[in-house]
Amino acid sequence: MTRHYSALSLFKEGIAGQTGWVKAWRSPDPKPRYDAIIIGGGGHGLATAYYLAENHGVTNVALLEKGWIGGGNTGRNTTVVRSNYFYPESAAIYGLAHSLYKTLSKDLNYNVMFSARGILTLAHSEAAMETAARSVNAIQVNGIDCELFSVEDVCRVVPIYNFSPDARFPVYGGTWQPSGGTARHDAVAWGYARAASRLGVDIIQNCEITDFIIEGGRCRGVVTSRGAIRAERTGMAVAGHSSVLAAKAGFRLPVNSYALQACVSEPVKPIIDTVVISPDTGVYVSQSDKGELVIGGALDRIPSYGQRGNLPVLEGVVAGMLEMFPIFGQLKMMRQWAGIVDVVPDSSPIIGESPLPGLFLNCGWGTGGFKAIPAGGTLLAHLLATGQHHDISRPFDLDRFARGRLIDEAAGSGIAH
Amino acid sequence: MQLFPCPFCGPREESEFHHGGEAGNLRPDGAEVTAERWAGYLHMRDNPKGATREIWVHMTCGEFFAMSRDSVNHKVSGSSVLGEAEHGR
Repeated sequence: MTRHYSALSLFKEGIAGQTGWVKAWRSPDPKPRYDAIIIGGGGHGLATAYYLAENHGVTNVALLEKGWIGGGNTGRNTTVVRSNYFYPESAAIYGLAHSLYKTLSKDLNYNVMFSARGILTLAHSEAAMETAARSVNAIQVNGIDCELFSVEDVCRVVPIYNFSPDARFPVYGGTWQPSGGTARHDAVAWGYARAASRLGVDIIQNCEITDFIIEGGRCRGVVTSRGAIRAERTGMAVAGHSSVLAAKAGFRLPVNSYALQACVSEPVKPIIDTVVISPDTGVYVSQSDKGELVIGGALDRIPSYGQRGNLPVLEGVVAGMLEMFPIFGQLKMMRQWAGIVDVVPDSSPIIGESPLPGLFLNCGWGTGGFKAIPAGGTLLAHLLATGQHHDISRPFDLDRFARGRLIDEAAGSGIAH
Repeated sequence: MQLFPCPFCGPREESEFHHGGEAGNLRPDGAEVTAERWAGYLHMRDNPKGATREIWVHMTCGEFFAMSRDSVNHKVSGSSVLGEAEHGR
């Protein structure tokens, strides 16, 4: 039986005809009672399960997923990891995630292929360069690595950009986070699932929540398509479907669900070795290890739960990409898809106890949830284990909307989500 | 490209329209409004999966109207000029 992944075990299994591998995670039937329930088998839910067991020793945990793990936004994002945010609260939370990503392959004994290939955000006007300088200053003060790039720097990093004098979006410079990069999104889900399962967490797929068990004004568990499951503490990490579960629990959230599209090209030889973001075209591009160009853009402008996306935004994304990189004009696009993201007015996550005591929230990551998975998991696990906020999650409590203490990263970082 | 029905101009391309929020989210009236009530009006949403009724604006004619729509399959079941329910009076 081979459980540990290493070059040596790969070699041994090669000799033995690949017969000793065990399944990466168990698929047990649900028990009637657990110490904690986690709803949602995406990256955030799986990470929560792992950190509950690893950091807090809480292993009698059920993770409930209505479909299959990693089949929602975790399998639909563009795999970018970065922490270049404006406000100190955001730098703390995304910085925590980023630092955990750096050692995640080793921590989980699963190669998540984190690649710190750098992230370049372009500036297309003099005014944008002034904003970029202010942004770089703020990010550096937050203790995050970030540099202001000149046109020459941009030319050195992405020589294939459209630098022609008649370019619709000329480059004046940009901001550069050298430690940003990409990770293999499926591997993050599978790695956390395998590590959590080995610590004793029950991962239960095809198990949809139909209702909450509410007794004495507290959440005491859930009713599912596979029976009632009880626990004194329940956490939910269900992204674009947060409002649907909140309605079952009897409260509302400051969340609007939108489709966020992405697409990939046919695989080509290595041509772009970083992540390039253009705020003005609303497009960003990186290249996967298989050679596909991974292309993302802005949200669809129509509230939606349909995981497809509409044509106008896709047209705009492709047009923007061709303005940036005319060299890609002959590329064939291979796949297009959308995930349903939970957009919050201040573009910052919601973490904390919900209006229904005993039910804890991890939602509101909008278009940027993948990069935050290790932090979202760490912080929700802390809440479920202790009932109290971690210092990093306290500013992101739901109460900020009534208090007016918003963390407005849409304004701060100029991001769309 | 999906066509949306403007009650004033007829069916037009979706990119001519802007989403204006959920219908029936009425602004609190009076001097004694709690912070929670304001937060509810400003930020909290039903965000329904399935049948929705929303305020939209047709940007080319500038008119606001109500549209009934399914948020999963995007089928539009009708649109109408704003009535009492949307104005709250």
